[in-house]
Amino acid sequence: MEEQKVTTQEWKFTAKDIALKPEGFLPGHRACAGCGPANVLRMVMKATRGPTIVTEATGCMEVVSSIYPYTSWSYPWLHTAFETAAANASGIEAALKVLTKKGKVKQEHIDIIAFAGDGGTYDIGLQALSGAVERGHDFLFILYDNEGYMNTGIQRSGGTPLGAATTTTPAGSVMPGKMQNKKPITDIMVAHDLEYVATATPYYWKDMLQKVRKGLEVEGPAFLHIFAPCPRGWRSEPAKTMEYTKLAVESCVFPVYEVVKGKYELSTPSKLIQLAPQKKIPITEYLKGQGRYRHLFTPQHQHVVDTLQRLTDERWAKLQKKVEQTA
Amino acid sequence: MKKNNLNQETTQELMALNGDEAIAYAVKQCDVDVVAAYPITPQTIIVEKYSEYVANGEVQTEYVCTESEHSAMAACIASSATGARTFTASASAGLALMHEMLFVASGCRTPIVMAVANRALSAPLNINGDQSDSMAQRDAGWIHLYVENAQEAYDTIMQAFRIAEHLDVQLPVIVGLDGFIVSHTLENVDVLSDESVKNFVGERVLPNVLTHEGKTVPFKLDPDNPMTMGPVAMPNYYFEFKRQQEEAMKNALTVIQQVHDEYAKLSGRSYGNALIEEYKLDDAEVATICVGSAAGTVKDVIDELRAEGVKAGLLRLRTFRPFPAQEVQKALENVKAVAVMDKSMSFGGNGGAVFHEVRHAMYDSKSHPFVVDYIYGLGGRDTSPKDFKKVYSDLHLIAHNKRMDKLVNYVGLRE
Ligand SMILES: Cc1ncc(C[n+]2csc(CCOP(=O)(O)OP(=O)(O)O)c2C)c(N)n1
Ligand code: SF4
Ligand SMILES: [Mg+2]
Repeated sequence: MEEQKVTTQEWKFTAKDIALKPEGFLPGHRACAGCGPANVLRMVMKATRGPTIVTEATGCMEVVSSIYPYTSWSYPWLHTAFETAAANASGIEAALKVLTKKGKVKQEHIDIIAFAGDGGTYDIGLQALSGAVERGHDFLFILYDNEGYMNTGIQRSGGTPLGAATTTTPAGSVMPGKMQNKKPITDIMVAHDLEYVATATPYYWKDMLQKVRKGLEVEGPAFLHIFAPCPRGWRSEPAKTMEYTKLAVESCVFPVYEVVKGKYELSTPSKLIQLAPQKKIPITEYLKGQGRYRHLFTPQHQHVVDTLQRLTDERWAKLQKKVEQTA
Repeated sequence: MKKNNLNQETTQELMALNGDEAIAYAVKQCDVDVVAAYPITPQTIIVEKYSEYVANGEVQTEYVCTESEHSAMAACIASSATGARTFTASASAGLALMHEMLFVASGCRTPIVMAVANRALSAPLNINGDQSDSMAQRDAGWIHLYVENAQEAYDTIMQAFRIAEHLDVQLPVIVGLDGFIVSHTLENVDVLSDESVKNFVGERVLPNVLTHEGKTVPFKLDPDNPMTMGPVAMPNYYFEFKRQQEEAMKNALTVIQQVHDEYAKLSGRSYGNALIEEYKLDDAEVATICVGSAAGTVKDVIDELRAEGVKAGLLRLRTFRPFPAQEVQKALENVKAVAVMDKSMSFGGNGGAVFHEVRHAMYDSKSHPFVVDYIYGLGGRDTSPKDFKKVYSDLHLIAHNKRMDKLVNYVGLRE
């Protein structure tokens, strides 16, 4: 099904290119209507450049795509456990290296993509991820971030933002949802001195696909953090999934940028906001309509919205400073 | 099929190796593709020695120094699923940390070989030898082989790869060696030439599977023949997967013996019938059952007792999973009282892991010997010939009085 060689020519990712490229993540999976991660996976698989092996952590996307005897994967695919996506990638890479040396692999190169949700990345999978990138295995780790443990029924993760209601941080009469803010996972990965770290959202799909391709082209580990709303867990309208991936960028809740060899650079959508700060929308524009934040729109919890706005602004300022400092 | 030239006169070299070194040397000769491991006493010598081979270019192996045993086992599963012959080693806390992944390895039918330098589990922390670690993993779907000494450790590694990768088996194998007593004790070990090991072990042959397109392809992650491995299975299929694993375990009973016999022809060394080893059991009235190195001590004790006219015998359990129930039952048919020596506890379970299996096996025996449990050596507590003599004299009393006072006993313990 797949080209035998790695495509080296510049790929433009036009709508036509994408439409003609065979699906890697096939229809028939069991994801909910409007599922952000399912959209992300389908699109990401359009950016492969040749023979590829995929490995995936336990989570929504693994469960919806591999219910025996069916599969949504037209690529070779392996799942072992929740916390093991990066460790799996190390094992695959080590095996390919030695089997290639011994002449037992036909392809001249095989790319490896590891997918994990925020649970499988920020939390239980962080150690394996840190170890695998420290060892320098050649693979692309893609975090699809839907900001909660959705597969098990919308529990909080280290990637759940402050104030969001989840089933383990419900909005109660005393507590306004999650009490801690989102862990800065991208900074943590940058601190590993990776050659390529980036963030993306599927609204800016071309940007996202180019980042996937860049991540694959790097020799060694690369990390891509993709924002992927979950209408089920966010109590949001399925039809609005893509809109949220735009609002998140415009409010600077989720800026899109690249860190290439330690050098920060804003990607166009975020760069435009930097150039025209008046275009930055208040976070309430992003929060409203999401059921997980509904309780914040009360006088009692107004301070949480204020804090979230402050934290968002601080992180955005920090990011811009890093861009400046590493220019 | 593997080509084996078994009738050749094989020259062997005598080396001074401890159990861990013997294992590292055997793994080196088995042309292993990937080793992914994490150090823990008393397994460390295996990974250190192997690192030297890698550093000196003596092997082609990719050695992945993972950041934990959990990742080591995940990497092993993935490597094996990619088609590579894969080895790891662990013990104690490390093996416990792998627990989740051990089931994944057997469920994914990845024929990984793992040496376990058996060690006690915390708490309290204890680095010494007992078999609590691997016995606690007895239901994880791995084949368990336990060795008596460094020579057998060396010999069993080659056999383990053949057993694990056998098309009728395709299961991971644990080779257990007692921490320190075997892992760290220098012994004379006869080693085969690289060439004869290579011929014996052969290359890994992958089973063929049918794709949804009706193509027959090797079972591995391969962009030419994409396959979904490690899927979700609902109640409508999960059970059949598990039943197939049990069938593979059953097949292993035969394969373990075949491989052992083939190796015996090549090396001139054999260990009973591969499942159990009997020592002066034919006419024995009292017998112990041991797993691992204690068998060496017991054999000496038996010789002394025999000189005194006591009809003592030993059954060494070499294969613990799959449990050779029929062989055990048959071997103990004429014995009057049997002591099972357990080097681990099954808290609240009325005896240790081996005891449960043996008594279960003896339920259908016609002769119904007394079967009594002795827990010994926990946390590395020394068990001397005197201690074993005491066990035999207890057995003598039980046989004579036709009465057993205590089901579970403790050897050399302050109470
Ligand atoms: C070791 C372990 N602990 C807990 C679970 C239960 N579990 C399965 S998926 C999941 C959450 C997944 O969250 P995330 O990684 O964010 O993926 P999502 O489902 O949101 O796509 C949890 C807690 C598990 N499978 N394994
Ligand atoms: S729960 Fe959320 S992430 Fe999971 S399939 Fe449904 S929409 Fe997608
Ligand atoms: Mg999630």
